[in-house]
Amino acid sequence: MVEHKSIFEIKDFSIFYGDFMAVKNVMLTIESNKITAIIGPSGCGKSTLLRSLNRMNDLIISSRVAGELLFHGVDIYHKDTDVIELRRRVGMVFQKPNPFPSSVYENVAYGPKIRGIKKKNQLDEIIENALVKADLWKEVKDKLNESGLSLSGGQMQRLCIARSLAQEPEVILFDEPTSALDPISTAHIENLLQELQKTVTIVIVTHNMQQAARISNYTAFMYLGELVEFGDTNSIFVNPQNKLTEEYITGRFG
Amino acid sequence: MAIFDDELKDLRERVLKLGCMVEGAIRDSVKALVERDSSLAKEVIKRDHLINALDVGIDEECVRLIALRQPLARDLRLITTAMKITTDLERMGDMAVNIAERAIELNDEPQLKPFVNIPKMAELAQSMVRDALDAFVTGCSRLPYEVIKRDDEVDDLTVKNFEELLSFMIQDPKRIPLAIKRTYIAKYLERIADHATNIAEMIIYMCKGKMIRHTEISDAP
Repeated sequence: MVEHKSIFEIKDFSIFYGDFMAVKNVMLTIESNKITAIIGPSGCGKSTLLRSLNRMNDLIISSRVAGELLFHGVDIYHKDTDVIELRRRVGMVFQKPNPFPSSVYENVAYGPKIRGIKKKNQLDEIIENALVKADLWKEVKDKLNESGLSLSGGQMQRLCIARSLAQEPEVILFDEPTSALDPISTAHIENLLQELQKTVTIVIVTHNMQQAARISNYTAFMYLGELVEFGDTNSIFVNPQNKLTEEYITGRFG
Repeated sequence: MAIFDDELKDLRERVLKLGCMVEGAIRDSVKALVERDSSLAKEVIKRDHLINALDVGIDEECVRLIALRQPLARDLRLITTAMKITTDLERMGDMAVNIAERAIELNDEPQLKPFVNIPKMAELAQSMVRDALDAFVTGCSRLPYEVIKRDDEVDDLTVKNFEELLSFMIQDPKRIPLAIKRTYIAKYLERIADHATNIAEMIIYMCKGKMIRHTEISDAP
Protein backbone atom coordinates (compact mmCIF):
# COMPACT_ATOMS: atom_id res chain seq x y z
CA MET A 1 0.00 0.00 0.00
CA VAL A 2 1.52 3.28 -1.10
CA GLU A 3 1.03 6.08 1.35
CA HIS A 4 -0.16 9.35 -0.10
CA LYS A 5 0.49 12.18 2.26
CA SER A 6 -0.46 15.69 1.31
CA ILE A 7 1.67 18.58 2.49
CA PHE A 8 -0.15 21.44 0.79
CA GLU A 9 -3.84 21.66 0.20
CA ILE A 10 -4.79 24.52 -2.06
CA LYS A 11 -8.51 25.14 -1.84
CA ASP A 12 -10.44 27.47 -4.10
CA PHE A 13 -7.41 29.70 -4.01
CA SER A 14 -7.11 32.93 -5.99
CA ILE A 15 -4.41 35.57 -6.22
CA PHE A 16 -4.98 39.15 -7.32
CA TYR A 17 -2.57 41.85 -8.39
CA GLY A 18 -4.75 44.90 -7.88
CA ASP A 19 -7.85 44.16 -9.93
CA PHE A 20 -6.13 41.52 -12.01
CA MET A 21 -6.92 37.95 -11.03
CA ALA A 22 -3.67 36.10 -11.74
CA VAL A 23 -4.68 32.76 -10.22
CA LYS A 24 -8.30 31.69 -10.33
CA ASN A 25 -9.95 29.36 -7.83
CA VAL A 26 -7.27 26.71 -7.90
CA MET A 27 -7.88 23.39 -6.17
CA LEU A 28 -4.71 21.36 -5.86
CA THR A 29 -3.08 18.96 -3.44
CA ILE A 30 0.71 18.71 -3.26
CA GLU A 31 1.94 15.38 -2.01
CA SER A 32 4.92 15.18 0.27
CA ASN A 33 8.19 13.69 -0.97
CA LYS A 34 7.07 13.96 -4.56
CA ILE A 35 8.04 16.26 -7.36
CA THR A 36 5.11 18.29 -8.65
CA ALA A 37 5.69 20.25 -11.84
CA ILE A 38 3.62 23.25 -12.87
CA ILE A 39 3.61 23.96 -16.59
CA GLY A 40 1.82 26.45 -18.77
CA PRO A 41 2.47 29.35 -21.13
CA SER A 42 3.98 32.62 -19.91
CA GLY A 43 1.56 34.61 -17.85
CA CYS A 44 -0.59 31.65 -16.89
CA GLY A 45 -0.04 32.24 -13.18
CA LYS A 46 2.23 29.30 -12.49
CA SER A 47 5.04 31.31 -10.88
CA THR A 48 2.51 33.37 -8.96
CA LEU A 49 0.97 30.19 -7.59
CA LEU A 50 4.42 28.80 -6.76
CA ARG A 51 5.42 31.97 -4.94
CA SER A 52 2.23 31.91 -2.92
CA LEU A 53 3.33 28.64 -1.31
CA ASN A 54 5.82 30.47 0.91
CA ARG A 55 4.13 33.86 0.67
CA MET A 56 6.75 35.45 -1.52
CA ASN A 57 3.89 37.31 -3.22
CA ASP A 58 3.47 39.32 -0.03
CA LEU A 59 6.43 41.32 -1.28
CA ILE A 60 4.32 42.63 -4.14
CA ILE A 61 2.38 45.51 -2.63
CA SER A 62 -0.88 45.20 -4.54
CA SER A 63 -1.21 41.45 -4.21
CA ARG A 64 -3.91 39.77 -2.19
CA VAL A 65 -5.33 36.29 -1.99
CA ALA A 66 -8.66 34.57 -1.51
CA GLY A 67 -9.42 31.00 -0.54
CA GLU A 68 -7.34 28.67 1.54
CA LEU A 69 -3.76 27.50 1.28
CA LEU A 70 -3.13 24.85 3.88
CA PHE A 71 0.36 23.71 4.83
CA HIS A 72 0.09 20.67 7.09
CA GLY A 73 -3.55 21.58 7.48
CA VAL A 74 -2.91 25.15 8.65
CA ASP A 75 -3.74 28.15 6.48
CA ILE A 76 -0.46 29.97 5.82
CA TYR A 77 -2.33 33.16 5.03
CA HIS A 78 -3.72 33.31 8.57
CA LYS A 79 -2.66 36.49 10.36
CA ASP A 80 -0.77 34.52 13.00
CA THR A 81 1.53 32.82 10.52
CA ASP A 82 5.23 33.32 11.21
CA VAL A 83 6.26 34.12 7.66
CA ILE A 84 9.99 33.89 8.36
CA GLU A 85 9.54 30.40 9.79
CA LEU A 86 7.28 29.48 6.87
CA ARG A 87 10.01 30.47 4.42
CA ARG A 88 12.53 28.43 6.37
CA ARG A 89 10.32 25.38 6.05
CA VAL A 90 9.40 26.16 2.45
CA GLY A 91 12.54 27.27 0.64
CA MET A 92 12.91 28.65 -2.83
CA VAL A 93 15.38 28.50 -5.70
CA PHE A 94 15.03 30.89 -8.60
CA GLN A 95 15.62 30.92 -12.31
CA LYS A 96 18.84 32.87 -12.20
CA PRO A 97 21.41 31.64 -9.68
CA ASN A 98 21.58 34.36 -7.04
CA PRO A 99 24.30 33.62 -4.50
CA PHE A 100 25.05 36.37 -2.01
CA PRO A 101 28.20 38.34 -2.81
CA SER A 102 30.10 36.49 -0.14
CA SER A 103 32.09 33.30 0.26
CA VAL A 104 30.72 29.85 -0.52
CA TYR A 105 30.79 29.15 3.21
CA GLU A 106 28.95 32.32 4.18
CA ASN A 107 26.31 31.77 1.53
CA VAL A 108 25.30 28.51 3.16
CA ALA A 109 25.93 29.71 6.72
CA TYR A 110 23.65 32.72 6.35
CA GLY A 111 20.40 31.01 7.24
CA PRO A 112 21.67 28.92 10.13
CA LYS A 113 23.42 31.98 11.61
CA ILE A 114 20.19 33.95 11.50
CA ARG A 115 18.53 31.03 13.20
CA GLY A 116 21.03 31.57 16.01
CA ILE A 117 23.55 28.84 15.34
CA LYS A 118 26.89 30.32 16.33
CA LYS A 119 29.22 27.43 17.15
CA LYS A 120 31.84 26.99 14.47
CA ASN A 121 31.88 23.20 14.52
CA GLN A 122 28.10 23.02 14.37
CA LEU A 123 28.00 25.44 11.45
CA ASP A 124 30.79 23.54 9.70
CA GLU A 125 28.76 20.37 9.96
CA ILE A 126 25.55 21.97 8.66
CA ILE A 127 27.42 23.52 5.74
CA GLU A 128 29.20 20.34 4.77
CA ASN A 129 25.93 18.41 4.95
CA ALA A 130 24.09 20.95 2.84
CA LEU A 131 26.86 21.07 0.24
CA VAL A 132 27.05 17.27 0.12
CA LYS A 133 23.29 17.02 -0.34
CA ALA A 134 23.44 19.63 -3.08
CA ASP A 135 26.17 17.53 -4.71
CA LEU A 136 28.59 20.43 -4.61
CA TRP A 137 30.88 19.50 -1.74
CA LYS A 138 33.51 17.72 -3.82
CA GLU A 139 33.84 20.70 -6.11
CA VAL A 140 34.07 23.44 -3.47
CA LYS A 141 35.50 21.85 -0.35
CA ASP A 142 38.89 23.43 -1.05
CA LYS A 143 37.50 26.84 -1.86
CA LEU A 144 34.92 27.48 0.79
CA ASN A 145 36.31 30.96 1.31
CA GLU A 146 36.17 31.94 -2.32
CA SER A 147 33.31 34.08 -3.55
CA GLY A 148 30.11 32.24 -4.38
CA LEU A 149 29.98 34.37 -7.51
CA SER A 150 33.21 32.82 -8.80
CA LEU A 151 31.51 29.47 -9.40
CA SER A 152 30.08 28.30 -12.72
CA GLY A 153 26.35 28.81 -13.39
CA GLY A 154 25.46 25.22 -12.53
CA GLN A 155 27.60 25.34 -9.38
CA MET A 156 26.04 28.64 -8.31
CA GLN A 157 22.59 27.10 -8.70
CA ARG A 158 23.64 24.13 -6.58
CA LEU A 159 25.06 26.59 -4.05
CA CYS A 160 21.62 28.21 -3.89
CA ILE A 161 20.11 24.76 -3.36
CA ALA A 162 22.66 24.11 -0.58
CA ARG A 163 21.79 27.49 0.97
CA SER A 164 18.18 26.43 1.00
CA LEU A 165 18.98 22.95 2.36
CA ALA A 166 20.97 24.41 5.26
CA GLN A 167 17.64 25.67 6.58
CA GLU A 168 16.39 22.08 6.73
CA PRO A 169 13.29 22.86 4.71
CA GLU A 170 10.42 20.45 4.17
CA VAL A 171 9.64 21.86 0.77
CA ILE A 172 11.74 23.58 -1.87
CA LEU A 173 10.07 25.62 -4.58
CA PHE A 174 11.95 25.85 -7.85
CA ASP A 175 11.12 28.55 -10.35
CA GLU A 176 12.67 27.46 -13.65
CA PRO A 177 15.89 26.42 -11.94
CA THR A 178 17.70 25.27 -15.06
CA SER A 179 16.56 27.68 -17.75
CA ALA A 180 19.86 29.57 -17.52
CA LEU A 181 21.98 26.41 -17.51
CA ASP A 182 23.58 24.23 -20.17
CA PRO A 183 22.29 20.66 -20.70
CA ILE A 184 25.00 19.06 -18.56
CA SER A 185 24.40 21.35 -15.59
CA THR A 186 20.68 20.85 -16.17
CA ALA A 187 21.02 17.08 -16.02
CA HIS A 188 23.08 17.47 -12.87
CA ILE A 189 20.35 19.54 -11.19
CA GLU A 190 17.62 17.18 -12.40
CA ASN A 191 19.42 14.20 -10.89
CA LEU A 192 19.90 16.18 -7.73
CA LEU A 193 16.18 17.00 -7.49
CA GLN A 194 15.30 13.34 -7.79
CA GLU A 195 17.76 12.55 -5.04
CA LEU A 196 16.44 15.37 -2.81
CA GLN A 197 12.88 14.19 -3.28
CA LYS A 198 13.56 11.42 -0.76
CA THR A 199 13.77 13.99 2.02
CA VAL A 200 12.19 17.16 0.62
CA THR A 201 8.97 17.87 -1.23
CA ILE A 202 9.62 19.63 -4.50
CA VAL A 203 7.39 21.92 -6.51
CA ILE A 204 8.91 23.11 -9.77
CA VAL A 205 7.75 25.57 -12.37
CA THR A 206 9.27 24.85 -15.74
CA HIS A 207 8.87 25.89 -19.34
CA ASN A 208 10.75 22.81 -20.37
CA MET A 209 8.08 20.18 -20.83
CA GLN A 210 10.61 17.43 -21.28
CA GLN A 211 12.03 18.39 -17.92
CA ALA A 212 8.63 18.09 -16.28
CA ALA A 213 8.20 14.74 -18.02
CA ARG A 214 11.64 13.53 -16.94
CA ILE A 215 11.60 14.37 -13.28
CA SER A 216 8.13 14.99 -11.91
CA ASN A 217 5.64 12.59 -10.36
CA TYR A 218 2.70 14.92 -10.90
CA THR A 219 2.09 17.64 -13.41
CA ALA A 220 -0.28 20.58 -13.23
CA PHE A 221 -1.14 22.49 -16.39
CA MET A 222 -2.26 26.08 -15.95
CA TYR A 223 -3.74 28.48 -18.46
CA LEU A 224 -4.98 32.03 -17.93
CA GLY A 225 -4.79 31.64 -14.18
CA GLU A 226 -6.77 28.44 -14.08
CA LEU A 227 -5.62 24.96 -13.23
CA VAL A 228 -6.70 23.16 -16.39
CA GLU A 229 -5.51 19.67 -15.62
CA PHE A 230 -3.64 17.91 -12.86
CA GLY A 231 -2.58 14.31 -12.81
CA ASP A 232 0.27 11.89 -12.61
CA THR A 233 2.93 12.95 -15.06
CA ASN A 234 2.66 9.86 -17.22
CA SER A 235 -1.06 10.41 -17.83
CA ILE A 236 -0.59 14.09 -18.60
CA PHE A 237 2.10 13.47 -21.20
CA VAL A 238 0.76 10.28 -22.76
CA ASN A 239 -2.97 10.75 -22.54
CA PRO A 240 -4.10 14.15 -21.34
CA GLN A 241 -7.84 14.44 -20.82
CA ASN A 242 -8.21 18.12 -21.60
CA LYS A 243 -7.99 19.45 -25.13
CA LEU A 244 -6.06 22.55 -24.00
CA THR A 245 -3.48 20.42 -22.23
CA GLU A 246 -3.13 18.29 -25.35
CA GLU A 247 -2.65 21.32 -27.56
CA TYR A 248 -0.13 22.89 -25.22
CA ILE A 249 2.09 19.88 -24.71
CA THR A 250 2.05 18.91 -28.38
CA GLY A 251 3.03 22.45 -29.31
CA ARG A 252 -0.17 23.28 -31.19
CA PHE A 253 -1.28 26.00 -28.89
CA GLY A 254 -3.36 28.96 -29.97
CA MET B 1 4.84 22.71 -35.90
CA ALA B 2 3.71 22.80 -39.48
CA ILE B 3 6.69 20.67 -40.48
CA PHE B 4 5.92 18.11 -37.79
CA ASP B 5 2.28 17.96 -38.89
CA ASP B 6 3.45 17.26 -42.44
CA GLU B 7 5.78 14.57 -41.16
CA LEU B 8 2.95 12.90 -39.26
CA LYS B 9 0.75 13.08 -42.35
CA ASP B 10 3.50 11.47 -44.36
CA LEU B 11 3.89 8.77 -41.71
CA ARG B 12 0.16 8.00 -41.84
CA GLU B 13 0.33 7.77 -45.60
CA ARG B 14 3.25 5.38 -45.50
CA VAL B 15 1.46 3.12 -43.04
CA LEU B 16 -1.61 3.26 -45.24
CA LYS B 17 0.47 2.36 -48.29
CA LEU B 18 1.97 -0.59 -46.43
CA GLY B 19 -1.54 -1.65 -45.47
CA CYS B 20 -2.71 -1.51 -49.10
CA MET B 21 0.24 -3.59 -50.20
CA VAL B 22 -0.44 -6.19 -47.51
CA GLU B 23 -4.13 -6.30 -48.35
CA GLY B 24 -3.18 -6.81 -51.99
CA ALA B 25 -0.79 -9.61 -51.06
CA ILE B 26 -3.52 -11.41 -49.13
CA ARG B 27 -6.02 -10.94 -51.95
CA ASP B 28 -3.61 -12.12 -54.66
CA SER B 29 -2.27 -15.08 -52.71
CA VAL B 30 -5.80 -16.43 -52.20
CA LYS B 31 -6.75 -15.59 -55.79
CA ALA B 32 -3.69 -17.51 -56.96
CA LEU B 33 -4.94 -20.47 -54.95
CA VAL B 34 -8.58 -20.36 -55.96
CA GLU B 35 -7.87 -19.63 -59.62
CA ARG B 36 -4.87 -21.97 -59.69
CA ASP B 37 -2.69 -19.16 -60.95
CA SER B 38 0.88 -19.98 -59.89
CA SER B 39 2.42 -17.05 -61.71
CA LEU B 40 0.30 -14.70 -59.56
CA ALA B 41 1.49 -16.61 -56.48
CA LYS B 42 5.10 -16.11 -57.56
CA GLU B 43 4.42 -12.42 -57.96
CA VAL B 44 3.17 -12.20 -54.36
CA ILE B 45 6.38 -13.87 -53.18
CA LYS B 46 8.47 -11.55 -55.32
CA ARG B 47 6.71 -8.44 -54.04
CA ASP B 48 7.25 -9.25 -50.35
CA HIS B 49 10.58 -7.42 -50.18
CA LEU B 50 8.75 -4.17 -50.93
CA ILE B 51 6.59 -4.73 -47.87
CA ASN B 52 9.66 -5.47 -45.77
CA ALA B 53 11.45 -2.35 -47.00
CA LEU B 54 8.45 -0.17 -46.25
CA ASP B 55 8.18 -1.70 -42.77
CA VAL B 56 11.83 -0.90 -42.03
CA GLY B 57 11.47 2.60 -43.48
CA ILE B 58 8.47 3.35 -41.27
CA ASP B 59 10.29 2.09 -38.18
CA GLU B 60 13.28 4.28 -38.96
CA GLU B 61 11.06 7.28 -39.50
CA CYS B 62 9.29 6.66 -36.17
CA VAL B 63 12.62 6.49 -34.34
CA ARG B 64 13.71 9.68 -36.06
CA LEU B 65 10.51 11.48 -35.07
CA ILE B 66 10.82 10.33 -31.47
CA ALA B 67 14.43 11.51 -31.32
CA LEU B 68 14.02 14.84 -33.08
CA ARG B 69 10.44 15.89 -32.34
CA GLN B 70 10.07 14.39 -28.87
CA PRO B 71 6.39 13.74 -29.43
CA LEU B 72 3.91 13.80 -26.58
CA ALA B 73 0.27 12.89 -26.02
CA ARG B 74 -1.62 12.00 -29.23
CA ASP B 75 1.51 12.47 -31.35
CA LEU B 76 3.37 10.00 -29.18
CA ARG B 77 0.49 7.54 -29.34
CA LEU B 78 0.29 7.89 -33.12
CA ILE B 79 3.99 7.20 -33.58
CA THR B 80 4.18 4.28 -31.17
CA THR B 81 1.05 2.84 -32.79
CA ALA B 82 2.60 3.18 -36.24
CA MET B 83 5.71 1.34 -35.04
CA LYS B 84 3.73 -1.52 -33.61
CA ILE B 85 1.20 -1.97 -36.37
CA THR B 86 3.80 -2.03 -39.13
CA THR B 87 5.25 -5.09 -37.44
CA ASP B 88 1.83 -6.73 -37.59
CA LEU B 89 1.40 -5.69 -41.21
CA GLU B 90 4.80 -7.06 -42.16
CA ARG B 91 3.94 -10.39 -40.52
CA MET B 92 0.69 -10.48 -42.51
CA GLY B 93 2.76 -10.03 -45.63
CA ASP B 94 4.81 -13.07 -44.63
CA MET B 95 1.59 -15.04 -44.13
CA ALA B 96 0.48 -14.07 -47.63
CA VAL B 97 3.82 -15.39 -48.91
CA ASN B 98 3.16 -18.65 -47.09
CA ILE B 99 -0.27 -18.88 -48.69
CA ALA B 100 1.31 -18.23 -52.09
CA GLU B 101 3.87 -20.99 -51.54
CA ARG B 102 1.18 -23.49 -50.56
CA ALA B 103 -0.87 -22.32 -53.58
CA ILE B 104 2.00 -23.14 -55.92
CA GLU B 105 2.30 -26.61 -54.38
CA LEU B 106 -1.44 -27.24 -54.52
CA ASN B 107 -1.79 -25.92 -58.05
CA ASP B 108 0.49 -28.74 -59.24
CA GLU B 109 -1.94 -31.31 -57.86
CA PRO B 110 -5.53 -32.16 -58.75
CA GLN B 111 -8.02 -30.11 -56.76
CA LEU B 112 -9.38 -31.84 -53.69
CA LYS B 113 -12.64 -29.90 -53.67
CA PRO B 114 -13.75 -26.39 -54.55
CA PHE B 115 -12.69 -23.68 -52.12
CA VAL B 116 -15.55 -22.41 -49.98
CA ASN B 117 -14.31 -21.45 -46.53
CA ILE B 118 -10.92 -20.07 -47.50
CA PRO B 119 -12.20 -17.34 -49.86
CA LYS B 120 -14.69 -16.29 -47.15
CA MET B 121 -11.90 -16.13 -44.59
CA ALA B 122 -9.71 -14.17 -46.97
CA GLU B 123 -12.49 -11.68 -47.62
CA LEU B 124 -13.03 -11.23 -43.89
CA ALA B 125 -9.32 -10.88 -43.17
CA GLN B 126 -8.90 -8.31 -45.91
CA SER B 127 -11.84 -6.30 -44.64
CA MET B 128 -10.31 -6.38 -41.16
CA VAL B 129 -7.03 -4.98 -42.45
CA ARG B 130 -8.85 -2.38 -44.52
CA ASP B 131 -11.10 -1.20 -41.69
CA ALA B 132 -8.30 -1.19 -39.12
CA LEU B 133 -6.27 1.07 -41.39
CA ASP B 134 -9.26 3.27 -42.14
CA ALA B 135 -9.57 3.77 -38.40
CA PHE B 136 -5.85 4.53 -38.21
CA VAL B 137 -6.30 7.36 -40.68
CA THR B 138 -9.76 8.66 -39.83
CA GLY B 139 -9.42 8.37 -36.07
CA CYS B 140 -11.79 7.25 -33.41
CA SER B 141 -14.92 5.40 -34.40
CA ARG B 142 -16.64 2.05 -33.99
CA LEU B 143 -14.50 0.54 -36.74
CA PRO B 144 -11.70 -0.98 -34.63
CA TYR B 145 -14.25 -2.59 -32.33
CA GLU B 146 -16.00 -4.14 -35.33
CA VAL B 147 -12.67 -5.45 -36.59
CA ILE B 148 -12.08 -7.19 -33.27
CA LYS B 149 -15.54 -8.79 -33.38
CA ARG B 150 -14.95 -10.07 -36.92
CA ASP B 151 -11.98 -12.08 -35.67
CA ASP B 152 -14.44 -14.54 -34.09
CA GLU B 153 -16.01 -15.21 -37.50
CA VAL B 154 -12.60 -16.03 -38.91
CA ASP B 155 -11.87 -18.32 -35.99
CA ASP B 156 -15.19 -20.13 -36.52
CA LEU B 157 -14.42 -20.61 -40.19
CA THR B 158 -10.99 -21.99 -39.32
CA VAL B 159 -12.60 -24.66 -37.18
CA LYS B 160 -15.28 -25.39 -39.77
CA ASN B 161 -12.66 -25.70 -42.51
CA PHE B 162 -10.60 -28.07 -40.41
CA GLU B 163 -13.57 -30.29 -39.59
CA GLU B 164 -14.52 -30.59 -43.23
CA LEU B 165 -10.98 -31.45 -44.26
CA LEU B 166 -10.70 -33.90 -41.40
CA SER B 167 -13.61 -35.90 -42.76
CA PHE B 168 -11.93 -35.92 -46.18
CA MET B 169 -8.76 -37.23 -44.60
CA ILE B 170 -10.59 -39.92 -42.65
CA GLN B 171 -12.42 -41.07 -45.76
CA ASP B 172 -9.24 -41.36 -47.80
CA PRO B 173 -5.82 -41.11 -46.18
CA LYS B 174 -4.25 -40.46 -49.60
CA ARG B 175 -5.84 -37.01 -49.43
CA ILE B 176 -3.98 -36.15 -46.24
CA PRO B 177 -1.05 -34.25 -47.87
CA LEU B 178 -3.35 -31.97 -49.83
CA ALA B 179 -5.83 -31.54 -46.99
CA ILE B 180 -3.06 -30.59 -44.58
CA LYS B 181 -1.86 -27.88 -46.92
CA ARG B 182 -5.36 -26.50 -47.01
CA THR B 183 -5.55 -26.46 -43.22
CA TYR B 184 -2.24 -24.59 -43.22
CA ILE B 185 -3.69 -21.94 -45.47
CA ALA B 186 -6.68 -21.52 -43.21
CA LYS B 187 -4.30 -21.22 -40.29
CA TYR B 188 -2.34 -18.49 -42.10
CA LEU B 189 -5.54 -16.56 -42.68
CA GLU B 190 -6.52 -17.03 -39.09
CA ARG B 191 -3.13 -15.60 -38.08
CA ILE B 192 -3.65 -12.65 -40.42
CA ALA B 193 -6.95 -11.92 -38.72
CA ASP B 194 -5.18 -12.08 -35.35
CA HIS B 195 -2.66 -9.49 -36.53
CA ALA B 196 -5.52 -7.32 -37.77
CA THR B 197 -7.05 -7.63 -34.31
CA ASN B 198 -3.76 -6.46 -32.78
CA ILE B 199 -3.84 -3.46 -35.10
CA ALA B 200 -7.41 -2.63 -34.13
CA GLU B 201 -6.46 -2.83 -30.46
CA MET B 202 -3.57 -0.46 -31.04
CA ILE B 203 -5.87 1.95 -32.87
CA ILE B 204 -8.12 1.99 -29.82
CA TYR B 205 -5.03 2.76 -27.74
CA MET B 206 -4.09 5.52 -30.15
CA CYS B 207 -7.56 7.06 -29.84
CA LYS B 208 -8.26 6.55 -26.18
CA GLY B 209 -4.87 6.15 -24.56
CA LYS B 210 -6.00 2.88 -23.05
CA MET B 211 -4.44 -0.52 -23.68
CA ILE B 212 -7.18 -3.07 -24.21
CA ARG B 213 -4.93 -5.89 -25.31
CA HIS B 214 -5.36 -9.06 -23.26
CA THR B 215 -8.48 -7.68 -21.63
CA GLU B 216 -12.18 -8.11 -22.25
CA ILE B 217 -13.50 -5.11 -24.13
CA SER B 218 -15.96 -3.58 -21.73
CA ASP B 219 -16.39 -0.08 -23.08
CA ALA B 220 -17.09 -0.75 -26.74
CA PRO B 221 -19.39 1.99 -28.01
